[in-house]
Amino acid sequence: MSTTNCPECAAVIELEAGTEENEIIVCPDCGVDLEVTSLNPLTVELAPMEAEDWGE
Amino acid sequence: MTTQPKIGVLYSRVRVEEKWIFAALLQRGVDFERLDDRMIYFDVDNPQPWKQFDAVLERSISYARGLYALKTLNAWGIPTVNTAAVAEACGDKIATANALSAAGVPQPATMIAFTPESALEAIETFGYPVVLKPVVGSWGRLLAKINDRDAAEAILEHKSVLGSYQHSIFYIQEFIEKPGRDIRVLMVGDHAIAAIYRKSPHWITNTARGGEGEVCPLTPALEEISVNAAQAVGGGVLAVDVIEHPEKGYLVNEINHTLEFHTAQPTSGVDIAGAIVDYVIEVAKENVKGY
Repeated sequence: MSTTNCPECAAVIELEAGTEENEIIVCPDCGVDLEVTSLNPLTVELAPMEAEDWGE
Repeated sequence: MTTQPKIGVLYSRVRVEEKWIFAALLQRGVDFERLDDRMIYFDVDNPQPWKQFDAVLERSISYARGLYALKTLNAWGIPTVNTAAVAEACGDKIATANALSAAGVPQPATMIAFTPESALEAIETFGYPVVLKPVVGSWGRLLAKINDRDAAEAILEHKSVLGSYQHSIFYIQEFIEKPGRDIRVLMVGDHAIAAIYRKSPHWITNTARGGEGEVCPLTPALEEISVNAAQAVGGGVLAVDVIEHPEKGYLVNEINHTLEFHTAQPTSGVDIAGAIVDYVIEVAKENVKGY
């Protein structure tokens, strides 16, 4: 299983099966929202912050 | 008209709803393309790259990005779900209130004002408590339940000084003592396909703010007001939020045009993602007047 590190706290990140590109995951250590920007190679970045017009 | 429609899905991030939608598209063997709204751009004089799509499903998390994408696509004659007109009617609470009023759909008493002074005057015709909402906003964000004049004066000043110009458009609603819940009805076309209660001890019942889902029976009265509300804003794939007023009965609080259903789908057991995809396919095949 490929792993990467949280850009905020360096914790090791392993993805659950079925995780897709552009999905938001939560760092199990520091709790920050991360976006999976690439599956191969596995890359995560800090997720964009909620903006005022976000929603449904 | 192609026999196998090609669908574009405009999105900002892949939430569980988008995963379900992509899975439903794959399951149906639909030719589709994911369109990240952070990566795409439009040349207003060159629609050709976008003409490959028989329909575009808009799933942007940003109201503004989604709306302007829809306006551009619809200007080019590309069918979308939902249309720009529907997105505008739903995303702007004043537009929603006007559409519901014109269609005679019951809603909470609502007033609009443009200065703290006139807003205070409007608020005091309601009496306290009263509710203040941003004209554009979602997920229960920036809502205020104002309990007295002191709070009204403070909030009106804060909004007019600290907010963008939009926060000086004051949207004022009567406060309704809900029975610890509100109702969300999921609409696809003219059909109510599912309904859930969103239960919370807090007056804000959005699931984004901790509200919990429970199946709600789709009674004829609930279905009727939901269909009327959806038609009032132009129809499509919509989430109609309904409040139970102790005296007035069902009132439509707001309508969402890029609905989330991560609570409604498992709670109701209805394949909402599948229903949405089937509707988009119909729009793409021009069997339904999507644009």
